[in-house]
Amino acid sequence: MLKLALSIIARDLRLSMRHGSATTMVMGFFVMVVIMFPFAIGPEQNILERISVGVIWVAALLSCLLSLDRMFQTDYEDGSLDQFILSPVPLELVVLAKCIAHWLTTSLPLIVITPILGIMMNLPEAAFLPLILTMLLGTPALSFIGGIGASVTVTLRRGGILLSLLILPLYIPVLIFGSLAVKAAIGGYPAMEHLMLLSGFSLFSAAIAPWAAAAAIRAGLE
Amino acid sequence: MDHLVSEILRGQNLTCIRGDKVIFCDLSFDVPPGRALILNGANGSGKSSLMKIISGLLPAQNGEIFYGSPKDADQNILGDKDWISRNICYLAHKNGLKPEMTVAENLKFWANMEHHEGDIRTEAEKIGVDHCLDLPVCYLSSGQARRAALTRVLCHPGRIWLLDEPTVGLDVIGVELLCGLMNDHLTRGGSILAATHIQLGIDADKSTLLNMSDFSYSASSRLKDDQEESLLC
Repeated sequence: MLKLALSIIARDLRLSMRHGSATTMVMGFFVMVVIMFPFAIGPEQNILERISVGVIWVAALLSCLLSLDRMFQTDYEDGSLDQFILSPVPLELVVLAKCIAHWLTTSLPLIVITPILGIMMNLPEAAFLPLILTMLLGTPALSFIGGIGASVTVTLRRGGILLSLLILPLYIPVLIFGSLAVKAAIGGYPAMEHLMLLSGFSLFSAAIAPWAAAAAIRAGLE
Repeated sequence: MDHLVSEILRGQNLTCIRGDKVIFCDLSFDVPPGRALILNGANGSGKSSLMKIISGLLPAQNGEIFYGSPKDADQNILGDKDWISRNICYLAHKNGLKPEMTVAENLKFWANMEHHEGDIRTEAEKIGVDHCLDLPVCYLSSGQARRAALTRVLCHPGRIWLLDEPTVGLDVIGVELLCGLMNDHLTRGGSILAATHIQLGIDADKSTLLNMSDFSYSASSRLKDDQEESLLC
């Protein structure tokens, strides 16, 4: 089982590497969105400092959405999804593996370049580590919940916009607890409960996403 | 022929409805080991739908599919995922190959997923695609890609092949090779359901023709329309 899941993840990583553009584009979009804010708001350092955490989180959510609609769609288009359903591998495991691969190819690169954007947004020094920690804990939820959305819209030809409308509201808890935890860390308050809620949300989504998404795919293909 | 392969795949009174259109109804078929069932019929007559029902991708509105010898108690395999994944190899319209990966990488991935037995290179040689194994699928012509997809069928351990227009894109030599391989599979005691618009050239004593238009439901659907109209009145 584990070996099969690993080979699906390896396949998706390889595809994303060969394709090349997807991960780079998501990272580019992330950087561009964050850069827009200083232009729009002006270079006052204290304002940038105050909004920096929120801006980086929102930009990360939006960038994550960008690559979601392709999660199952390419497999649907070339017939691999049918093949997965017919193979002895449970579809739930396929979904789980693909969500993990999505996190590795989308969220992880975003987390890696976050410190650079933090410098640009005048992020307080004490916030760097907490921000990266919250992103590490919170972004898996983005991929898992996104996987449910992607599976619901897999057979729709222009499902990307509908997907955003469906998924963004569900991202709000991640956004709230992610930025609250960082703010608490900056202010010197205990941030533990926010972090626990954040990781709880990620674990919860990881637990339900494979079943929900697999059911949605089966229903969608009929 | 050994006793293991005396089991028959039987469909009984299958009905398929997609949307509010009846595609076919009361369709029954028999596929004994060593025989091919060739599905014939116009576009949209439900050849692909029938294959999807057998492979469990589509639900049947009515009817059952059994597998077993006539003497023993039959096993209803409709929607039995475990049984289907072990015994049925389905080749759809789409090839199920990733354009960014090479043919060999694609085949190895599915060999891993579906517990293939055959050696990829030997099977690829049989269908004449072994020289493309190290090329990415996006560089292949549609016929070569189809041959690559057929290689997956050859490696698959399943005894029942469902081939949805397997010859699409194949040249004359490709069709001949495929036909020879299908005959081999039948001689080994395998069964084949194939939807096709051309003469495959499978030995006549090994194949049965199933005309999908015999099971269309045009008359009954007109009846249904009348009923709806009377309801509206």
